[in-house]
Amino acid sequence: MVETLRPRKLDEALTWLSERKALPLAGGTDLMVHFRNYTGTDSLIVRPVLFTDAIDELHSVEDLGDSLKIGAACLLSELENNELVPSLLRQAISQIAAPALRNRATLAGNVCNASPAGDSLPPLYLYDSHVVLASSSGTRTIPLVDFITGPGKTIRTDDELLTHILVSKSQNEKIYYRKVGTRAANALSKLTVAAFAELENNIIMDLRMAFGAVAPVVVRERAVEIIFIGKSIDQVDLDEFRQAYAPHIRPIDDQRSTALYRKEVALNLAGDFIRKIQENL
Amino acid sequence: MKIEMTVNGELRKLDVNPLSRLLDILRNDLSLTGTKEGCGEGECGACSALMNGLLVNTCLIPIAQCDGSEILTIEGLASSKRGEVLTEAFAEAHSVQCGFCTPGMVLAAESLLRKTPKPDEQQIREGLAGNICRCTGYDMIIDGIQLAAEKGDGLW
Repeated sequence: MVETLRPRKLDEALTWLSERKALPLAGGTDLMVHFRNYTGTDSLIVRPVLFTDAIDELHSVEDLGDSLKIGAACLLSELENNELVPSLLRQAISQIAAPALRNRATLAGNVCNASPAGDSLPPLYLYDSHVVLASSSGTRTIPLVDFITGPGKTIRTDDELLTHILVSKSQNEKIYYRKVGTRAANALSKLTVAAFAELENNIIMDLRMAFGAVAPVVVRERAVEIIFIGKSIDQVDLDEFRQAYAPHIRPIDDQRSTALYRKEVALNLAGDFIRKIQENL
Repeated sequence: MKIEMTVNGELRKLDVNPLSRLLDILRNDLSLTGTKEGCGEGECGACSALMNGLLVNTCLIPIAQCDGSEILTIEGLASSKRGEVLTEAFAEAHSVQCGFCTPGMVLAAESLLRKTPKPDEQQIREGLAGNICRCTGYDMIIDGIQLAAEKGDGLW
């Protein structure tokens, strides 16, 4: 039987983590599937397990003024209903899996799982989110874009725990989120597109767009965004906009979809975002 | 490890493998076989129960995380007034065919009605989004939940 610990205190968790190099388990909605065992058989998890769900300090959403500090034990269903959380992120969360999953799954888990199809990631990339990693020797705050390095890969070391996610409190008026999957609930995404724009007298003051499941990590290109910032929204050519993103959308064929479909739909949705704003001017 | 949890209002003290699934403990150790195993991956909702008032998939919960928690299974719900109303409404609306998904559906309905006592069809569909039924085509389950909401007006 493997060793497990379910502490209330973060200090205790970090000390044990550094001693045992344990597997952190929050909601378990990915890990329990990954290590699935059948009834009457022992768990397939062979490493010590640190349960993080009972750590008091990780349950709060702290308002820092411009940003939110979201504890790693906060449930998706709590964040979905928290009005401080940017509505674009809430919209993405509300389409993850189904109610019972969102009652266990955490935002931190979705980040650490680092799946290219992690649906909370495109909105988190848009808001330049950061993660806080803690170990018994200190903490470090890292941009999310540097934290995730590939499918399932992060720079978290064995003695570190992701304790908080820092997200902007921006509430943008022109937001866009599309998840493309085989059915409304419980489907892993074929692709996702998240975007927002800020306009003043039809001039694009800010524009951000991120794509999920079309490359090894979330695609967000500030260089492309900058091309269009400062222009008048009604003068953005849809084809030019699509073409600007085309070289960055590099999907693969897998069991859920094909590279061709993903690329075509991603670019269509990119254009759809601009067209919808133009139609509603 | 030793854990304590309240199951259907009764305090249970158990000596368990911390990584055993709540589903297996309910079915094999506590003989509460109303909770079903369908997919074992959190996709089908047959193993639904309420944990501290929240709808969960018991196939994905290591039992160590249940220490100090309150669990409500279909057996506990069925013996309550709300459970009786749901049972009658499901029978009357023909919401049950093979019956395998039914305990999970009833718990998802209970969870929905606690938050939304008078749900419209869209809210019911969203509330049942994680529960799969291969017989009914869902329409009769939705009818059953609407009927329960009417018959049990004031209970939720």
